[in-house]
Amino acid sequence: MKTCLVVDDSGVVRKIARRILEEMGFQITEAEDGAKALEACKGAMPDGVLLDWNMPVMDGFEFLGHLRRLPGGAAPKVVFCTTENDMDHISRALHAGANEYIMKPFDKDIVAAKFQEVGLIELTEPIPV
Amino acid sequence: MTPPDYEYLRKLLKDHSGLDLSADKQYLIESRLLPLSRKSGLAGISELVQKMKAGSPSLVAQVVEAMTTNETFFFRDKVPFDHFRDSIMPEMIKARAARKSIRIWCAAGSTGQEPYSLAMSLKEMSASLAGWRVEIIATDLSQEVLEKSKAGIYSQFEVQRGLPIQLLVKYFKQNGELWQISPEIRAMVQHRQLNLLHDFSQLGTFDVIFCRNVLIYFDQDTKINIFGRLAKTMEADGFLVLGAAETVVGLTDVFKPFPEKRGLYRPSGVRAAPAMPKMAAMAGR
Repeated sequence: MKTCLVVDDSGVVRKIARRILEEMGFQITEAEDGAKALEACKGAMPDGVLLDWNMPVMDGFEFLGHLRRLPGGAAPKVVFCTTENDMDHISRALHAGANEYIMKPFDKDIVAAKFQEVGLIELTEPIPV
Repeated sequence: MTPPDYEYLRKLLKDHSGLDLSADKQYLIESRLLPLSRKSGLAGISELVQKMKAGSPSLVAQVVEAMTTNETFFFRDKVPFDHFRDSIMPEMIKARAARKSIRIWCAAGSTGQEPYSLAMSLKEMSASLAGWRVEIIATDLSQEVLEKSKAGIYSQFEVQRGLPIQLLVKYFKQNGELWQISPEIRAMVQHRQLNLLHDFSQLGTFDVIFCRNVLIYFDQDTKINIFGRLAKTMEADGFLVLGAAETVVGLTDVFKPFPEKRGLYRPSGVRAAPAMPKMAAMAGR
């Protein structure tokens, strides 16, 4: 089962994202800021990260920079999910190593589409072993 | 999904909606019904089928809805656009090397996502197309929808489904909450109002025709008629791309399918059968 770390300072958003992603078959861990997210990744690299931008202690952009410099830090697919919906933020995120970008508000179709783009979910059922 | 599961769903969809899925459309069922299964707390398609067989009208309705919705979005169903980039265009570049010109028709252009997806794909392969003239003609019955397509302005929701973020950054400009596709991309598409039921021979000959999810609205005779006329507007080595749930098989043999490439067809060279007078057709049954 693929793992996804949901990083957002809003408990409500984390809950909604968890529900959507669990339905898509992910095992979810949560972090309320970039620092806690980094600790979680140092413990175990998730397959995917759904990442908010504006958070206290350490924001999503700073977290991403640290993540990509960790051993194994190039592996997780990072999808930003933020109210910052301007071209400038999107470009900066992509340059810093984000794989995709969701502009809030989001729904399950958008999450599914973006997670398909980065290869975290397939369109077809896996072949049973 | 087991073959009996697939058969059950095929028959159910045909009975409920007229949607005719051929034997190789498992990927379409999976892409549309796996999310529905999970949302209903079921492990997969087999469980979904079991639940439907046990009697669940609401689930049946949701399945029919999921399979027949025809909202359009960028790079819809993905596979046809992969075919365009990986099979159709490389072959056309070879086949038209002397002419250096390719004509593409989006026969149900709607609000523009399909023709603009093709335009973006072409721009992404522009190195191989230096010095070429590639025309995209987008037609639709509705003038209103054509105006929207010409403007090329989309909402935040519309640009987030199917469109990779790199293409959004490259080809769109933000205007408040809305996103407009670049003037360069817009200039690649010509828009015309057209009713497929009427003569469209004045559009000329095409190398590639995308005719996705519009023929499902027509009855069998009309479909056969339109396929016949599409074959006449197409170059002998051209490509026809249909919607994921559509097929020509069983309707007409003026097109033949590519066995390895779902949704892709090519003129067979067979002439369309002349329309049978109604009396004779009925007597033949």
